[in-house]
Amino acid sequence: MKVLVAVKRVIDYNVKVRVKPDQSGVDLDNVKMAMNPFCEIAVEEAVRLKEKGLASEVIVVSIGTAASQEQIRTALALGADRGLLIETDEEVQPLDAAKLLKAVVEQEQPGLVILGKQSIDSDNNQTGQMLAALTGMGQATFASAVEVTDDRVQVTREVDGGLMTLSLKLPAVITTDLRLNEPRYASLPNIMKAKKKPVAVTTADELGLALSPRLKTLKVEAPEPRKAGIKVADVAALVDKLKNEAKVI
Amino acid sequence: MQADSEEPETMEFDVLIVGGGPAGLSAACRLKQLAAAAGEELSVCVVEKGSEIGAHILAGTVFEPSALAALFPDWQERGAPLQTPVSRDEILLLRDSETASRLPNLLVPKNMHNHGNYVISLGNLCRWLAEQAEALGVEIYPGFTAARTIIEDACVKGVLTGEMGVARDGSHKPGYVPAMALRAPYTLFTEGCRGHLGKQLIAQFKLDEGRDPQHYGIGIKELWDIDPALHEPGLVVHTTGWPLNENDATGGGFLYHAQNNQVYVGLITDLSYSNPHLSPFDEFQRLKHHPRISRYLAGGKRVAYGARALSKGGFNALPKMSFPGGLLLGCDAGTLNSSKIKGSHTAMASGMLGAEAVFEALGNGLKGAEISDFAQRFQASALYRELYAERNFGPAMHKFGNYIGGAIAFFEQNILRGSLPFTLHDRLADHASLKPAAECSRIDYPKPDNRLSFDRLSSVFLSNTNHSEDQPVHLRLSDPQLPITVNLPIYDEPAQRYCPAGVYEVTAADDGSGKQLQINAQNCVHCKTCDIKDPSQNITWVTPEGGDGPNYPNM
Repeated sequence: MKVLVAVKRVIDYNVKVRVKPDQSGVDLDNVKMAMNPFCEIAVEEAVRLKEKGLASEVIVVSIGTAASQEQIRTALALGADRGLLIETDEEVQPLDAAKLLKAVVEQEQPGLVILGKQSIDSDNNQTGQMLAALTGMGQATFASAVEVTDDRVQVTREVDGGLMTLSLKLPAVITTDLRLNEPRYASLPNIMKAKKKPVAVTTADELGLALSPRLKTLKVEAPEPRKAGIKVADVAALVDKLKNEAKVI
Repeated sequence: MQADSEEPETMEFDVLIVGGGPAGLSAACRLKQLAAAAGEELSVCVVEKGSEIGAHILAGTVFEPSALAALFPDWQERGAPLQTPVSRDEILLLRDSETASRLPNLLVPKNMHNHGNYVISLGNLCRWLAEQAEALGVEIYPGFTAARTIIEDACVKGVLTGEMGVARDGSHKPGYVPAMALRAPYTLFTEGCRGHLGKQLIAQFKLDEGRDPQHYGIGIKELWDIDPALHEPGLVVHTTGWPLNENDATGGGFLYHAQNNQVYVGLITDLSYSNPHLSPFDEFQRLKHHPRISRYLAGGKRVAYGARALSKGGFNALPKMSFPGGLLLGCDAGTLNSSKIKGSHTAMASGMLGAEAVFEALGNGLKGAEISDFAQRFQASALYRELYAERNFGPAMHKFGNYIGGAIAFFEQNILRGSLPFTLHDRLADHASLKPAAECSRIDYPKPDNRLSFDRLSSVFLSNTNHSEDQPVHLRLSDPQLPITVNLPIYDEPAQRYCPAGVYEVTAADDGSGKQLQINAQNCVHCKTCDIKDPSQNITWVTPEGGDGPNYPNM
């Protein structure tokens, strides 16, 4: 069974995001970029399936600028077998991403597609669901445990008030939650090996698609800075402020 | 030096370089250029502790392109990120918190003129150098620390990389990755100022014998977006005097106008200061309130923050740079030219010089024997001539001052002593310069206004610093009791103030038995000031997990 994993290049989670002075977006100039953490969890899960002998090949696909090759190489260093970059300099929105991934699914015929539940840049949480809908595969989102047996996959999801367990027929789409696994470190020899693994580059054009963004960003603003707290003299003053100033009780 | 249990996995290279800064990357590029010209295969590996090349690079920077031009004569066509030529130079003597005099051009020492130089981000130059190096075939591995040197038969054989996935208590976490041995006939150490391996090599091979102690400064810097109407691309302002002179400390401030309506503003405080109450961080916050600085920052927004120590002892403190199996280069040795306040081009030049020496040694069949003629090579180089000339900078200016007479005495005292506190015979190490707290006046720093001045924590936030929390503390105390038994009573534990990242706090002991030194290692920006300035020399900076530390953009 082939496993297809989608990964996205995003601003590193350690970096404090800064809005451009003209409010057109977020400043990415020389900012540290990294693989979206949820995608890293997806890669780790796929590699573990391969290590257990349940997957035959792990293919990593990314959609973005040529620089996204870096994240594909990271995934290859973590244990994926080969990469595919759908190169574009344009903004990629969830529906377009799902359509492009559908084209890759048709080419590769994977038994399982694993994606992060969302990317930490735009936080849409849509691509996996859209891909499932477009391909007609079953979907299990927010996975915290994945177990593959024969032609089915059992997925545990963390939901409000407990755990939900789903059983899906393969092929299926899974999106990962934070607790699914803890990704490994890429070791130096594996980073070296990853440089020699194959990465194909294609475009939306070659896949017979054209990007058609539906959403337009009007303005990006930083949240209001939090106001400094105050000290109150006693409980009565606190109640008074909560009632009359904050108007929350 | 020995791995915990079994033999570590080994990888071999022809040349190993520790540290992906200007010196290391220049050495890597030069090695590959020489190999290509000779039609030879040469494997060159660079390890870098930052998460990416440039992540830990912090410098002014007004950059002199001489060494870059020697390395890549076509740097302009290759798109090196030198976009902002210096348009105008100002040296200001800040007399107090309100007033300043501008040093007339006539009196500006020749070395301080910046015509032909560029205001750059050294981090971005390193990112570009890394691209050139990779195109030449250099293998660069960011996110990997060189934790220990491998020394066998009194010869450096390479380094052990840091382990990954070690818990705070030393146990191995699930993803544990053991150390790897990276071996090479020659290892170039280019860790920057106070490299933790460089420090050990200097001690082990007695490289500083007969030299003056190294002297250091702590540079604290911010990047600001300013009002486009106040922006003058290429304007370079240096200050001396206030605020440090109020507390008998020396150093200098800077404000460089870069591109995109951004400025770099910073303060270098010489770590030879004597009052333990002094806080370089708060001195910098004060500097920004001076009208000659705040006039540019008013209405602007702070974008990034960082701090790094610099080696400024110059020629007299420069250790021997060769030892069996390797070379110590750049600021790891201390090649900064302090009269020009520039270390980037000299670091690059030393890296290239090191590359040439190592390439020749390998060509002669040497497999790690000490490159004993490196001192002669160094003395024959333009770099040496530059540093040698600088050696006399202090005394020469002294004469100049006497010649012009009393009118200049004012500047002579304030500028020369201010910017060059060390003399030819400064044998007192920076950690030994503190006086007992009781003998010094306390300093009450004003509260930050959160417009121009800020506190430490909101500043560290802008350095994008992160250390995975569950790992051993990378700031090691030789004697864990000493901060409370010695440093606190005598010096009021100065680490609370000299650390620009709020790593050290004296708090009530957990068991209620008095006080303890709390080390917030996750805040550490890897500036190395504690390793340098601790009066008891009780703090040792070691490498945390690879990839941890600051993530400086455009710094």
